[in-house]
Amino acid sequence: MTEKKILICAGTSGISAGACEVFDKFKNLISKNSLKISVIKTGDRGLFRDVLVDVILDGKRTTYELVKPEDVDEIFEKHILNGEIVKRLTAKEEYENFFKPQMRIVLKNCGLIDPEDINDYIKTGGYKSLEKVLKQKPEEVIVEIKKSGLRGRGGAGFPTGLKWELARKSSDIEKFVICNADEGDPGAFMDRSILEGDPHSVIEGMIIAGYCIGANTGIIYCRAEYPVAIKRIKIAIKQAQEKNFLGEKIFNSNFSFKILLKQGAGAFVCGEETALIASLEGKRGMPRPRPPFPAQKGLWGKPTVINNVETLANIPRIIENGARWYSKIGTKKSKGTKVFALAGNIKNTGLVEIPMGTTIRELIFGPGGGMQNKRKKLKAVQIGGPSGGCIPESLIDTPIDYESITKTGAIMGSGGFIVMDESTCMVDITKFFLSFTVAESCGKCPPCRIGLKRMLEILEKITKGEGSKTDIEMLRELALMIKKTALCGLGNTAPNPVLTTLNYFLDEYMEHIEEKKCRAKVCVELLKFRVIEEKCKKCGLCFKACPVSAIEWEKGKIAKIINEKCIKCRACIKVCPWDAIE
Amino acid sequence: MEKRGELISKLQEVQEKFGFISESEIKRLSDELEIFPVQIYEVITFYTQFRLTPPGKHKILVCQGTACHVMGGKDLLEYLKSKFEINEGETTPDGKFSLERVACLGCCGMAPVVVVDEDFYGRMTIQKIDEILKKYD
Repeated sequence: MTEKKILICAGTSGISAGACEVFDKFKNLISKNSLKISVIKTGDRGLFRDVLVDVILDGKRTTYELVKPEDVDEIFEKHILNGEIVKRLTAKEEYENFFKPQMRIVLKNCGLIDPEDINDYIKTGGYKSLEKVLKQKPEEVIVEIKKSGLRGRGGAGFPTGLKWELARKSSDIEKFVICNADEGDPGAFMDRSILEGDPHSVIEGMIIAGYCIGANTGIIYCRAEYPVAIKRIKIAIKQAQEKNFLGEKIFNSNFSFKILLKQGAGAFVCGEETALIASLEGKRGMPRPRPPFPAQKGLWGKPTVINNVETLANIPRIIENGARWYSKIGTKKSKGTKVFALAGNIKNTGLVEIPMGTTIRELIFGPGGGMQNKRKKLKAVQIGGPSGGCIPESLIDTPIDYESITKTGAIMGSGGFIVMDESTCMVDITKFFLSFTVAESCGKCPPCRIGLKRMLEILEKITKGEGSKTDIEMLRELALMIKKTALCGLGNTAPNPVLTTLNYFLDEYMEHIEEKKCRAKVCVELLKFRVIEEKCKKCGLCFKACPVSAIEWEKGKIAKIINEKCIKCRACIKVCPWDAIE
Repeated sequence: MEKRGELISKLQEVQEKFGFISESEIKRLSDELEIFPVQIYEVITFYTQFRLTPPGKHKILVCQGTACHVMGGKDLLEYLKSKFEINEGETTPDGKFSLERVACLGCCGMAPVVVVDEDFYGRMTIQKIDEILKKYD
């Protein structure tokens, strides 16, 4: 008999759209009618058209999108009882277009299996790689990982096999494997989705890493801001212990391994390896100079391998299919796939996994579905979060691999991919990133602590219309100096947003300085909050949008903003389709 | 492993239970983990998660991640600040709401995001937020 299943996407965004209610309703209806259909909550499958529901009957899969709890009865009545598909709710063309160009290796299981049931993972071949590895010598496995060409997905792209080898060579008896799930980059949610959708793949990767370097303890360092992920990791660890994939003498070998879960306490700098270690030791998360590298002297002074979530999730797949298979994917120096978190002014927001070497254009107009608002032009793409940079529209044919992205002045980073249209002010977005890094700077080294603050002050001046030409020179000088002299990755990369926008969008800076004008209408100090009468079409949208009733309008009359009441929230500017407010 | 390694987890437990970390709890942890209170203070003030004063009845988190920023998260935060006449990190005089910013909640696909207590609200606008807050009493 073929399996009958209903899959419900219940990651963080699914849950906020009502996935739990949808799940409960299906579950009730199925048990009330005593049907033999399993109802399963899965992690995000990537596309945010929640709630996504898959009905699998007689080997046929039907995907429904944007399902609301009140739609459940109809799907149940028509489809499940009578085999008639509810056309109104089925996933449209966009759904196809989103998934078709992707190559899912890391996300293979996300949205398809029950992350809270280890048996579902085992059915897909899970823990087979671990079994295979335990029959080989650790050195052989490391050679395999080196051959695959896998590089760290946390941002810097250090070869994973090499890192393992370094730790393997150390003669210390106690060693550690840490999974860095402190995904602090604003605009990135790859790791969260992997942990919510397929936690066992990360755990399996960690056990393999432990075996290779000779560690018996693994620690998952996860952000406290990810409650769903934390819950699922806890369940996964418990289930893996019950099956003896974790614990003593795994698969009857001589290898023992345990995994602990630690929650981060909200400090971006803890994504940096040495700061993360300090935090695990109960201290302020402050980095220290390297060398010695953590692989030589890490947690409690012991050799420690720190790998990112996505890196670890790649490991079981590489073992399963072999290094040769993996190294055929991607470009010469960047192997495999990369998961990106598409967000911003793009039509399809969500998680995509593409082979390295895909161009930025292909990503935006393929899975991304193009711009969110067709009337607004693409301006730039921000890759790599606050450590990355803004790549202008003119360079969107750049292939996505470590070297090519670095050449533009951005960095690959962990996978944040924010698309920005004309409504984004490049000076403002730079100010945003800097205010983030200023707030998150740990304060240890002066270039980062003082230098970034000075840069932020200059940007604040410019967005207020008080900037001068010399400020641009000062910004550039400070940026280059900080890049060279800061202690850790946070400080070294924090000037990237400034440098890339100065390179590609200098005209916008000059407009703010010379004309006191913000073309994107973002910098409120430069806006007049006045209706341009010639442009106003008297539609009243701004009147309805204003939260403080600061707009006078009557049908057929031009709107008028009462500046004394106005709180400059820009609600009117955002809704006006005629660009009639300046 | 040294006892001190437990500090952050212990602080998280305390905050989960009481909503903030009181002086007496710091004293207790200092005895338990055999470290000075100042070593606990420096950790509390370093990490944004911890607070030394009691929170409001409902906690409003406004996401200030990149995607949320591009989609208007800053406007939302500014609006709530002026609506309640408080700053981020503060509680309304009636103790009902505390307002906080968060660097990123990792659900950028639904930007801009506001979280009230445990409930996530995506694609938020100034108009919608007023309606939503009415639900919390």
